[in-house]
Amino acid sequence: MYVAVKGGERAIENAHAWLAEERRGDPAVPELSVPQIREQMSLAVNRVMAEGSLYDPDLAALAIKQSRGDLIEAIFLIRAYRTTLPRLAASNPVNTASMLVSRRVSATFKDAPGGQILGPTFDYTHRLLDFTLAAEGEVPAAPTAPADTQDVPHILGFLDRDGLIEQAVPNDDTPADLTREPLELPADRALRLQSLARGDEGFVLGLAYSTQRGYARNHAFVGELRIGQVAVEVDIPELGFPVEIGEIELTECETVNQFNGSKTEPPQFTRGYGLTFGQTERKAISMALVDRALRWRELGEDFTGAPAQDEEFVLSHCDNIQATGFLEHIKLPHYVDFQAELELIRSVRAAAFANLEAAE
Amino acid sequence: MTMTDRREWMGLVARSDPGMLAHLLGELPPHSLARAPETGAVMVRGRAGGTGAPFNLGEMTVTRCSVTLAGGEVGHAYVQGRDKPHATRAAILDALMQGDRAEAIRRDVLAPLARHASQRAATRRAKAAATKVEFFTMVRGED
Repeated sequence: MYVAVKGGERAIENAHAWLAEERRGDPAVPELSVPQIREQMSLAVNRVMAEGSLYDPDLAALAIKQSRGDLIEAIFLIRAYRTTLPRLAASNPVNTASMLVSRRVSATFKDAPGGQILGPTFDYTHRLLDFTLAAEGEVPAAPTAPADTQDVPHILGFLDRDGLIEQAVPNDDTPADLTREPLELPADRALRLQSLARGDEGFVLGLAYSTQRGYARNHAFVGELRIGQVAVEVDIPELGFPVEIGEIELTECETVNQFNGSKTEPPQFTRGYGLTFGQTERKAISMALVDRALRWRELGEDFTGAPAQDEEFVLSHCDNIQATGFLEHIKLPHYVDFQAELELIRSVRAAAFANLEAAE
Repeated sequence: MTMTDRREWMGLVARSDPGMLAHLLGELPPHSLARAPETGAVMVRGRAGGTGAPFNLGEMTVTRCSVTLAGGEVGHAYVQGRDKPHATRAAILDALMQGDRAEAIRRDVLAPLARHASQRAATRRAKAAATKVEFFTMVRGED
């Protein structure tokens, strides 16, 4: 039973006023602007866009400012905002083969055509605090080198050409959309990928790590990791042809996994796939590992009971907004529920004591 | 005007910096809004494995607008983000490109936008190229 209780308006208003003051911090310290967050906290912005499932760096930066840097709160704000937007169209699938790459590495082929391009990475840094950043200063421009303008080919394409890896056969099916219809299980791979792409980085990372430690181990190599800009193209009904509506940054991870073959398939490598908004490579690699683990059924593998193989477990718990909503609601008033529990325990105890007395 | 042409300029304008387009386009010609600027979302799709079956990756903000010029030319625009004046200018440019000012617009607006876009891409490529690994092999052991 729910009973409406009124009161607390003044306390709530004052709490929110204090929240605003705390958000601002010491007024003697200059206030952060939204463009400063967008430009200088860009990986936080990318995470908020990826898990908020809405690509808009200005909005993500605003959400981070409003949430005092609590990224799950920021993702919540973005998810709430996106529900107010009319859906104008769905894009044609992005062509990651024509990505303008800023980073592209392969852990499987040293001499991959197109080369190993490190890009703006934390890899190979010493993870020592850099105290020069505590002082403001100019950053020298990054070095440049002559570049060719050809598209960088997908590395898995070379294995594909030799028939050594399962094919990713294109089709033009319209994928189901979990923002439109409630998720039903079993889900197809398209729904799993959508769910993982917006899933919590920490949760998906933990599951991916569990597969590496032996819970549904599938021996993943990062065949290719690429980050860069791709054009988004939409069919415009008024015109009857597709037009580029903008450019977004994506991270794509393709894993090459062990596979022994089955009754219908010859021995060949299999694939896991990760694709995420922004420069979010930890998430994209994690997504690829979990995608591969969830494919056990279609690849004729055994279900070992590992969490990463359990679609119901993964898809029902990877969304941090659903999770935080249900988790945090238990701190809100449950006075009446608890009153009922209290009545119950009192009556049970009374009956138990009465029985004891009767026995004596 | 060919379809390829139109696709090209609409894409170029959609990807352009709003401030730069506003500066290059200058004063706007008289126009009426056939469809007032409206912000919404486009669901961005990817393909499993890069080339396989499509899936829904997530949405992006987009603003669309349609205008009619005094001469009757109708222009459309779909541009990334939530900038309504930018979408309106993009639609006006699309309409202007269908009228007799097309050559001037191509020279004074589209050409500088294209130069700027290709410079940005070239800079990105050049920085990426500078981080390309040059492997060398150490000779080990005795022969």
